[in-house]
Amino acid sequence: MVENHPSQASKFKCEVKNLNFYYGSVRVLKDINLSVFSHQVTALIGPSGCGKTTLLRCFNRMHDLYPGNRYTGEIELDKINILAPWIDPIEVRMRIGMVFQKPNPFPKSIYENVAYGLRVRGQSQRSAIDETVEQALRNAALWDEVKDRLYDLAFNLSGGQQQRLCIARALATNPEMILFDEPTSALDPIATASIEELITQLKEKVTILIVTHSMQQAARISDRTAFMYLGEIIEFDRTQTIFSDPTHRKTQDYVNGRFG
Amino acid sequence: MTIDNLHQLHRLIARNRFWEKIFIVFGILSLLVGIITLLALLIDMTIDGLPRLSWQFFTSFPSRKYEEAGILSAWVGTCLVILVTAIAAIPIGIASGIYLEEYAKKNWLGDIIEINVTNLAGIPSIIYGLLALGLFVEQLKLGRSILTAGLTLSLLVLPIVIVTTREAIRAIPNSIREAACALGASKWQTIWDHILPYSIGSILTGIIIGLARAVGETAPLITIGALTFIAFLPDSPFKSEFPYISFNWLQAEFTVMPIQMFNWVSRPDPEFQSNAAAAGVVLVFMTLAMNAIAIFIRYRLRRRIKW
Ligand SMILES: Nc1ncnc2c1ncn2[C@@H]1O[C@H](COP(=O)(O)OP(=O)(O)OP(=O)(O)O)[C@@H](O)[C@H]1O
Ligand SMILES: [Mg+2]
Repeated sequence: MVENHPSQASKFKCEVKNLNFYYGSVRVLKDINLSVFSHQVTALIGPSGCGKTTLLRCFNRMHDLYPGNRYTGEIELDKINILAPWIDPIEVRMRIGMVFQKPNPFPKSIYENVAYGLRVRGQSQRSAIDETVEQALRNAALWDEVKDRLYDLAFNLSGGQQQRLCIARALATNPEMILFDEPTSALDPIATASIEELITQLKEKVTILIVTHSMQQAARISDRTAFMYLGEIIEFDRTQTIFSDPTHRKTQDYVNGRFG
Repeated sequence: MTIDNLHQLHRLIARNRFWEKIFIVFGILSLLVGIITLLALLIDMTIDGLPRLSWQFFTSFPSRKYEEAGILSAWVGTCLVILVTAIAAIPIGIASGIYLEEYAKKNWLGDIIEINVTNLAGIPSIIYGLLALGLFVEQLKLGRSILTAGLTLSLLVLPIVIVTTREAIRAIPNSIREAACALGASKWQTIWDHILPYSIGSILTGIIIGLARAVGETAPLITIGALTFIAFLPDSPFKSEFPYISFNWLQAEFTVMPIQMFNWVSRPDPEFQSNAAAAGVVLVFMTLAMNAIAIFIRYRLRRRIKW
């Protein structure tokens, strides 16, 4: 692990320290250590079932919604352990947004979907909400497609549009960090390309942690990549290094498509 | 495949088909028994009662003369009792359903409560009448009033409301809850802003079907002492002077449609039988109308949402 010099304080947005996670009695994450760099895209790759989603959902304490889940270890967000029992998970989720694998818009209007995070934060001034909604939709590259039908039901959008809507919904609340769980797995290549471009642009504003099945995607958009296998992080390095010159045999086999 | 084998196969298929045909015939017969009995009953009742269905029938009190008798006090009583039932059962039922489904810990205590609530729906309604007689009439001294009747029926409807509420909110996918939570919504915000609005159609449907059942209930109301002959209306809830609204009607004695029917059926003279039939037609129409409203609401609210 890298030491925490004060000069490096802003370098890491998040630091995972000796994280273990249990579904009931099954240990799914084993001694995870990971540093998420500020304003970079960090990708989590690895074969199916290795625990990528599980790790991602630790960052916004999504696991707290279900009984029987248990963490040990720490995830520090700006040097504060967000897994500590006295930290309200809602506070964490207010600061860290999430985009799920399957688009999950609310059965409300497009506008209301994007505005919901603001309403939760007590915003009620119509003009301010209007402005934020428009900005978020523009940032999610959806504005031009929906500006004439903001009050239509979000379910009427195509799959790719729904996913961009979910991204806009997360962006509108201005989070410090966004978690993406295979955001493009249900999308066609064109929609995928637009979301990838969006993620690359976003990192100026937010820190991004993304789970992806596609190694090409990780190579295209991420700055750092962590390779996971059976609940452990085997290797974590610059994306370029992981793909061209990995240290571990397993990583090499995986990125070269020999298993997974 | 040889010809012989093929014949064997045909015989096998024919035998399999035979049982299928037997079942289809049996199924159609069963269906007819149900439908024809029901239709015969309805048609017979309508033929008997139709001559008595007039404006006068709805606007007259019961009377010793059959041609002057009407169901005014009965239908007003039914409406007011059901109003009290709805006001009492809906909030309590929905709140309990939400609590059980979303907040209560899933442990043995929860299981026991769940089993009991489900079983409550199957308890004979007269038992609720006995309970109400002891609790509302004798302990709380509410009298043999509309209030007592409404509360009694709300006990009857409550398990139905709780169970439908739970089923309705269980039908909402977890991905919606997660979406709201991920934006920082508290559990209550998730319920209020999402779970309830998306499930209210199904919940209302269940409530209305429960209320429709309550409209036809007789036994528990006779147990608490509903009268069979009421020749006055309860106090009006609206007043011309301040505060314009009054709750005296809650304490009024009352009768309801099925009790009025029962009263007329038990008269020896055949003329009153047609009064009973006419009241029956009105009662059936009331429950059918409520079910129609339920179907309409479900249709309207569900059409927008497909998971
Ligand atoms: N709710 C759960 N309860 C129990 N075990 C679970 C649960 N969710 C996931 N698991 C198990 O945890 C392990 C990691 O699952 P996870 O969903 O994190 O994998 P993943 O890396 O995201 O896989 P994929 O690439 O297929 O999405 C798997 O073995 C899975 O079976
Ligand atoms: Mg996954």
